[in-house]
Amino acid sequence: MLRLAPAITLVMLLGPIVAGLLGTLGPAFGYLPVLGANTVSLDPWRELLSHSGFSSALALTIVSGFGATVISLALCIALCATSAGSRGFERLQRALPPLLSTPHVAIAIGFAFLIAPSGFFARAFSPWATGWDRPPGFATVNDVYGLSLIAGLVLKETAYLALMTIAATGQVAMRASMDAAAALGYSPSRAFIAVVAPRIYAQIRLPVYAALAYSLSNVEMALILGPGNPPTLAVLAARWFAGYDLAQYFPAAAAATLQFAVVLTGVGVWRLMEIPVGAIHRRWVMRGRRRGFMEPALAATAGLGKLSVTLAFASIAILALWSLAFRWRFPDFLPETWSLAIWAQHLGSVARLAGVTALIATVSTLIALTLTLACLENEQRRAVRVGRGALWALYIPLLVPQIAFLFGVQTLLVRLGFDGSMGAVIWAHLIFVLPYVFLSLADPYRALDPRFARSAAALGASPSRIFFTVKLPMLLKSLGVSAAIGFSVSVALYLPTLFTGAGRVSTLTTEAVTLSSGGDRRVIAVYAFIQAALPLVVYAAALVAPAILYRNRRGLR
Amino acid sequence: MSLAITGAIAAEERPWSEIVDAARGQTVYWNAWGGDDKTNAFIEWAGAEVSRSYGVTISHVKLTDTAEAVSRVVAEKAAGRESGGSVDLIWINGPNFFAMKDQGLLYGPFVEALPNYALVDEEGKPSNVVDFTIPVEGYAAPWRVAQIAFVYDSARVERGDLPGSMAAMVGWAAANPGRLTHPNARNFLGATFLKQALYELVEDEAVLQEPATDENFEEVTSPLWHWYDTLRPHLWRGGADFPNSSSDLDRLLDDGEIEIAITFNPATAALLSESGLLPESARVYFLEEGTIGNTSFVAIPFNAANKEGAMVVANFLMSPQAQARAQVPTVLGAFTVLDLDRLDESERAAFETSSDHPAMPSPAEIPPVQLEPHPSWMTRIVEAWEARTAR
Repeated sequence: MLRLAPAITLVMLLGPIVAGLLGTLGPAFGYLPVLGANTVSLDPWRELLSHSGFSSALALTIVSGFGATVISLALCIALCATSAGSRGFERLQRALPPLLSTPHVAIAIGFAFLIAPSGFFARAFSPWATGWDRPPGFATVNDVYGLSLIAGLVLKETAYLALMTIAATGQVAMRASMDAAAALGYSPSRAFIAVVAPRIYAQIRLPVYAALAYSLSNVEMALILGPGNPPTLAVLAARWFAGYDLAQYFPAAAAATLQFAVVLTGVGVWRLMEIPVGAIHRRWVMRGRRRGFMEPALAATAGLGKLSVTLAFASIAILALWSLAFRWRFPDFLPETWSLAIWAQHLGSVARLAGVTALIATVSTLIALTLTLACLENEQRRAVRVGRGALWALYIPLLVPQIAFLFGVQTLLVRLGFDGSMGAVIWAHLIFVLPYVFLSLADPYRALDPRFARSAAALGASPSRIFFTVKLPMLLKSLGVSAAIGFSVSVALYLPTLFTGAGRVSTLTTEAVTLSSGGDRRVIAVYAFIQAALPLVVYAAALVAPAILYRNRRGLR
Repeated sequence: MSLAITGAIAAEERPWSEIVDAARGQTVYWNAWGGDDKTNAFIEWAGAEVSRSYGVTISHVKLTDTAEAVSRVVAEKAAGRESGGSVDLIWINGPNFFAMKDQGLLYGPFVEALPNYALVDEEGKPSNVVDFTIPVEGYAAPWRVAQIAFVYDSARVERGDLPGSMAAMVGWAAANPGRLTHPNARNFLGATFLKQALYELVEDEAVLQEPATDENFEEVTSPLWHWYDTLRPHLWRGGADFPNSSSDLDRLLDDGEIEIAITFNPATAALLSESGLLPESARVYFLEEGTIGNTSFVAIPFNAANKEGAMVVANFLMSPQAQARAQVPTVLGAFTVLDLDRLDESERAAFETSSDHPAMPSPAEIPPVQLEPHPSWMTRIVEAWEARTAR
């Protein structure tokens, strides 16, 4: 059974993606037998290309996707470079996990509340400094250039990449390299860029690609922060899929397939750009300059990075504030009247949705943990060396745009009569939860000192007994962290719930996105705040549990 | 477009008691636009009531656009799912109703089986039986009446200064740049803003009661687009950007970004000032020549899994109890679909106490209702608008 674990895992993970991609590719070329379309044609593409906003939508997608990733990576590197080796590094390490566990949707909604023309920042400076007794007449969210969308993505991706970078520093002997560079007269931040950053980049390459893929293809952030007419390519596809005119499925499928091509090409282009950037970096290192404009530039960029982290936290805080307001008119800095009425009114519905959300997240995380542990244990018992291929396979769900395969999955589910069931939703969540659980658990699992297992075996314990009584208890902390990550990934999922849930299964996330198209900021704030709080609570529990369970075993806390 | 009603669907002929018995224990997935907090609360209240009286549970599937539910049913039909469908009840009218009825996607006719349908006003409120020129023919049950009105803050603008016609909006917007907008036309209300103008600007209104054709669309709508091109530069954000929904529009009004907000509910000012979303000085007004009105329906898809439960809910929505509650300005402020003359004294009393809120328009202020154009006008106007406004 155990030796089948990797195969089962791969099928669970990649089966729906492959089937879904094919199920989307067909209609993209006019083939969808259930609608009586049996011939292959290029009409869907013609329709897509002749859509009046198509070229702007494509440009917006590319600019916002690349823009957000380049900026996030720059902020992340600057943050790490300026703090590496100092106490700031540990502060960063502690501050970022809560942001990672906060869903994109909650950050996007809170961020919009901050920067909107009638948002918190405009209120803070109005009318005394700006002279505005009414909100200014220009777009600071949903702007046609996608700037607010880029900024929103940056808040989230910077935290993600910075955490990945911090995790990677353990594997590249950062301290020793930086000490050596310092002995040669390099400043700490310059030393980081010269000798640490290239090796770290090799480690975080896949997370960077995942961030790029997400930024190019996400729907939920683009719905909340992006422009409406035209929207990004992924939103355009989602909009057409949702229309009642089934003829729209064909250009929608073409747009979804194009989205897939955009991400593939995008990652390819990024990979190619690594070559000249690497060459420039080498020449720069060879020149061996010890002082220059780099230090102030890095410090300034790191300042922006800190601003991004602060804004992300402020986005959550503003949700709490709005949820407690009753009357809060522009340009009042704080609400005129406060009330718990909105909470009281929505408590029942919020609790029900939180229950469904937590159930889906818990079950998908437990399945992911089981599969992951089975794979890892199989690997250790059979002494398998895991190659690069397995790592790429795990990253496929994070690289393939959701919109490109979920439509195919949906038509398949409808055919099987399985749509709108909890099972379907949980499976769809598992596809995204599993990679994160696996990636976060694999290193601690493989790093566990093999002598513990060997001692137990020498005392006559069976492999399963060793697994359950030695390995699992020793890994409790890592298991908790992995579970919390899996849980937060599930809570944040929008499109997979929407496409497989058939409207029957709704979560805090789908509800928050639906509400965000309405206008009552107080109600939106209640749902978004709970959506942000749920994974945080689980994360905190994962940190606290080992400390309580192992209060008398210092090494395991 | 020639799909006739398929033979598989037959009129509902079971006695009401049998339907009620079969409904007990069912969960009705009611797909309804979820962008309005008050309506959501009303649906939750209705759920509690039908659960207590009939043992039927309502699960509100909150949509951002009614088309999502239509699309789901269409997809199920395409996949051959003739029963056990995932949508039981849809809040629907206009192009969505037309599309579903036209493609034989609706269950029924069923309304004659519902006892409360006998109370519905078919003569005085023609939109209860003809939706956007399409005869309803018992395929949908009416539950609220809507009419276009405009909301403003009487503390900021004088009633006398407001434009009394769509044509006058241009001059007003030019004098008050950036203070007028409408939801984007993909939104039902946004499209209605344009239809309201079309009504006023078209040479012969009668043409709108017939389907739009490739031949006449351009000619009939050319005054509309001429008007819109003149108006658009003066709109909020120069007409480059539009709010997503009616609630978004109301928020802009409250923030003071705009001065006039179109609404489908004449009770909006009363409703939103009570819930803290508009100032107490908010009021509504109508256009001089009248405004478009229509009826909101609920319909049951042909393959709904819980048809009996859905009918119980539809019947409850038409009950004097539910209708009187919906009319309270702080609940929904929705006009009733019932003929009050058919109610008994005590039932009628509940309707009479509900309209004395200061922000409610008096019956005398409410102008005649203009009938909705054929749905094809709306569909085509939305497409044309998207093409015109896309960058």
